[in-house]
Amino acid sequence: MKDFLQIIFTTQFGYSVLRVTTPILFAALAALVSDRAGVINIALEGIMLITALTGVLFSTWFHSAWLGLLMAVIMGTLTGMLLGYFHLKLKTNVILAAVALNLLASGGTIFVLYLIAGDKGISSSLASLTLPKITIPLLDKIPVLGPILSGHNVLTYFALLSVFLMHYFIYKTPMGMRIRAVGENPEAADSVGIGVKKTQFIALAMSGMIASFGGAYMSMGYVSWFSRDMTAGRGFIALAAEAMGGATPIGSFLASLLFGFFDALSNSLQLLRVPAEFVQMIPYVATVVGLVLYTAAKRNQYQRMLIKIGRQLEPEK
Amino acid sequence: MPDDAMLRMEKITKVYPNGIVANNEVDFSIRKGEIHALVGENGAGKSTLMRILFGLEESQKGRILLNGTEIKNESPHIAIANGIGMVHQHFMLVPSLTVAENMILGVEPKKGLRIDLQKAIKDTRALAEKYNLAVDPLAKVQFLSVGIKQKVEILKALYRGAEILILDEPTAVLTPQETKELFSELKLLKKQGNTIIFISHKLHEVKELCDRVTIMRNGRIKGTFNTADVTPTDISRLMVGRDVILEVEKDAAKPKEIVLSVTNLVMANDLGQRAVKGVSFQVRKGEILGIAGVEGNGQRELVKGVTGLERIAHGEVTILGESINRKAIKEIRNLGTCHIPEDRMTYGVAKEMTIEQNVLADKYDSQDYTGRILTKPRAIRDLSQKLVEEYQIKCSSPLQEVGMLSGGNIQKVVVAREFSTNPQLIIADQPTRGIDVGSTEFIRNRLVELRDEDSAVMLVSADLNEVLELSDSLIVMYEGEITAFFEDASKVSEEELGLYMLGIKHQTPEEIGGIVYEK
Repeated sequence: MKDFLQIIFTTQFGYSVLRVTTPILFAALAALVSDRAGVINIALEGIMLITALTGVLFSTWFHSAWLGLLMAVIMGTLTGMLLGYFHLKLKTNVILAAVALNLLASGGTIFVLYLIAGDKGISSSLASLTLPKITIPLLDKIPVLGPILSGHNVLTYFALLSVFLMHYFIYKTPMGMRIRAVGENPEAADSVGIGVKKTQFIALAMSGMIASFGGAYMSMGYVSWFSRDMTAGRGFIALAAEAMGGATPIGSFLASLLFGFFDALSNSLQLLRVPAEFVQMIPYVATVVGLVLYTAAKRNQYQRMLIKIGRQLEPEK
Repeated sequence: MPDDAMLRMEKITKVYPNGIVANNEVDFSIRKGEIHALVGENGAGKSTLMRILFGLEESQKGRILLNGTEIKNESPHIAIANGIGMVHQHFMLVPSLTVAENMILGVEPKKGLRIDLQKAIKDTRALAEKYNLAVDPLAKVQFLSVGIKQKVEILKALYRGAEILILDEPTAVLTPQETKELFSELKLLKKQGNTIIFISHKLHEVKELCDRVTIMRNGRIKGTFNTADVTPTDISRLMVGRDVILEVEKDAAKPKEIVLSVTNLVMANDLGQRAVKGVSFQVRKGEILGIAGVEGNGQRELVKGVTGLERIAHGEVTILGESINRKAIKEIRNLGTCHIPEDRMTYGVAKEMTIEQNVLADKYDSQDYTGRILTKPRAIRDLSQKLVEEYQIKCSSPLQEVGMLSGGNIQKVVVAREFSTNPQLIIADQPTRGIDVGSTEFIRNRLVELRDEDSAVMLVSADLNEVLELSDSLIVMYEGEITAFFEDASKVSEEELGLYMLGIKHQTPEEIGGIVYEK
C-alpha cells in the first residue's frame, strides 16, 4: 500500500496521466462531434490503428515526422469519409460498417506492416520518427506543476487545446449549431434547408480527422513504433468517456482524464509485483465500473427527482 | 383565368413506391395575397402536394410555375429561395436552441467565424414586432407552449423571405382563443401582401378565414371555390362523397361501479418538473370521462401514470380496486386496461410489421394463438381477418405492412387490437387526431358502443368537438391540475370550456371534488 501511494503521489505519475490521456481525449472529441450529429462513430479504434501505421510509414519515407502526421490526418479523414459513404450513401447500418472497419484495420495494418517492414508484430525495422516534445519556458521551473505539465509531446498540448477548439466550434459557429440541430431534430434541420446527410458526412470526416491525431500520437509520441493492435481498446474507452462526459467537450475531457488516470495506474503498477495480466485489466474494468456508476447515478438522480416532486404538493414558486 | 395565378402546379402526379397514387394529375393554383384553403380527408393527397411544392418530395410528372416561370423545387432549400415557407404540423424546431437560434438555423449571420447572435436577436425582435407575433428571442424552445412554437415557425418562414406560407393544420393543437389570435395574425400577414395556403379539416375555420378553398379527394382535385359561395356541407360532401354526421348519437350513460380511481397523483415530465400536481378523479363502468385541456398541461404525463408507462412520483392509481403503482404494464393490461396512445407511430404500432402481427402484439401469449411451442397460424389468420373486416381497415390483406396504410387506417389497427380484448377500462388518448372523417366517426361510435357494453372510458382529447360530443362527464386540466368538473358534458359550451382550458376561470375545490364519487 505504501508503495502504491508512493507511485501515485509523484510528479512522474501526474505527467504520465496526461501522457496516456492524450489518445483517449482525441478519440473522445472525435466521438463527440459525430455523436452530436446523430451518427455515432464506433470505428475510432480502427481509425486510430490505421493512422498510427500511416504516421510511421510516411515519417519513414519522407524523413519528416510532420509529413507523417499530415498523411495520418489525411488517412483518418478519408477513413471517416469512407464510413460516411457506407452509412449515408450505401445505407449500411453505421454500427456494422464501423465494426467492419475495425476488423479491417486490425488485420489490414498487420498485412501492410508485413509487406513493408517484413514483420507481423512491430515496425522496429523502419526508421520512423517521432513528433517533438515541448518544454514550456517558465512553467518548467515551477516545482510540482512544471514536471507534470511541461515537456509533453506537442500533440498532448494540441489535445488540451482541442477541448476548447471543440467547445467553440460546437457552440459558437454555424457549422457547430447545424451539427447539433441535425443530431437533435434532423427533420427540423432538413426543413430549413440544412442537408442532413451532408452535415453528418462532414461530422464523420471531422471525427476521423480528430481520431487520427490520437492514432498518430500512439506511434509517434507515446511510443516510437507501430505494433499490432497497439490502440488496445482506447477507441472504445473514448466512447465511454464521451458518454460519461454528457457529450460536452469539457465533460468528455474530465472523463478522459479519469480513464487516463486508470490507464496510467495500470502502467505504474507493473513496477510493483502485481501480475501484469491483472494490471492490464484495470483500464477496462475502470471503464465498466465507470459506466455502471454513471448509470446508477443517473437513475438515483431520477429517483430523487421523483421523491422531491412527490413531496412538494404545494404549488411551485 | 390563367393570368391571375401567382403560383400554379400543373398536372402533378406522384406515385409512391408502394403503388399508392397520392396525386393524380393535380392542377392547383393560388392568387397573390389570398388565404387559400386546401381541404380533404387524410390520405387525400394534400400533404403530398404541399410536400412536393416545398421540395420535400419529387413528383414523377407535372411542373410548378411561379409568376409564369417554371421553378424546380428539388429541396426545401430551393423552395425557400423561391419564397415558399412551410409551417409543419409537427414543429420543425430544435428544442435545446433558443428562439433566435432556431430562427437563423441554416442562414446564420456571421461575425468572423462565429454566429452573430446579437444580430439574430435584433432581427427576431424586429420581425416579431412587424407581424405582431410576440416571442422572446432568448427563450429556449423546449419551454415554450404550442401556440408560441407555432409563432416561431411562422416567423422562421418569414425570416427566410417567404411570401407564400403553407400552414399544415395549424389549429389542430390550439385552443379556440389561440386560434382566434392566429387568425388575426394571418389576416395581418395577408394585409401585408403575403399569400397563405391553409390546410385544414375544420370547415368552419375555412369559412371564417379563407378566401378560396380547394377540395381534394383520392389524390384528385374535386374543385376550387370562393368560400363565400359554398357551405360547409357542400365542402364536406365533396371531401368524402357523402354527408358526414359528426355528431355522435348516444343515450344517456348508466354509470355503475368505479373502475379507475386516481388519488393525489403526482407525475414528473421529461425535464424533471412536476407536470401532474396531485389530481384525484374516478371513472365508472359505463361512462366516458373526458379530459379536456390544451396540450402540455399534464395530460400526457397523467396517461403515462395511469397506463404504467412512467413511474408514479406520488399518490395512487387503482384499477378495479387493485393498486397499479408497482405493477408492470403487462399486469396493468391483464386487469382489463387498454390504451390508445397519443403517438400511434411510436407506441401504437410497429410500422414495419404486418397488420396481423400488430393486432397480435398484446395477445401472442394467449393459449388461443400459441400452443406449447409454436404459434397457431390459422387462429391468428382468423383473428386478423375478422378484425380487418370488423374495423373496416382498408388494406390489400392482413399481411400488409402497417406503415403503408393511411393515418386513419393505422389508427384503426391500433383500435382493433385494443378493443378486441374485452376491455374494462379504455384509456383513449387523442384517439382521432389527424385522421380522416370516416375513420373518426367509426372510432367515436365504437367508443360509445363499448361504453354501452359497460367499459369505463377515460378520453383525453385536445379536440373540443370530440370531448364535448363523446363525454358523459368532463374534467379540464390546466397546468397539471384539474380546474373544472362538469357532471353533464352536454351542458358545456366550447367557449366556456376554453376559459377553463386557458386558466381564466377556475372552479372551487368543492366543485372539482365532485369527480371523486367514493373515498
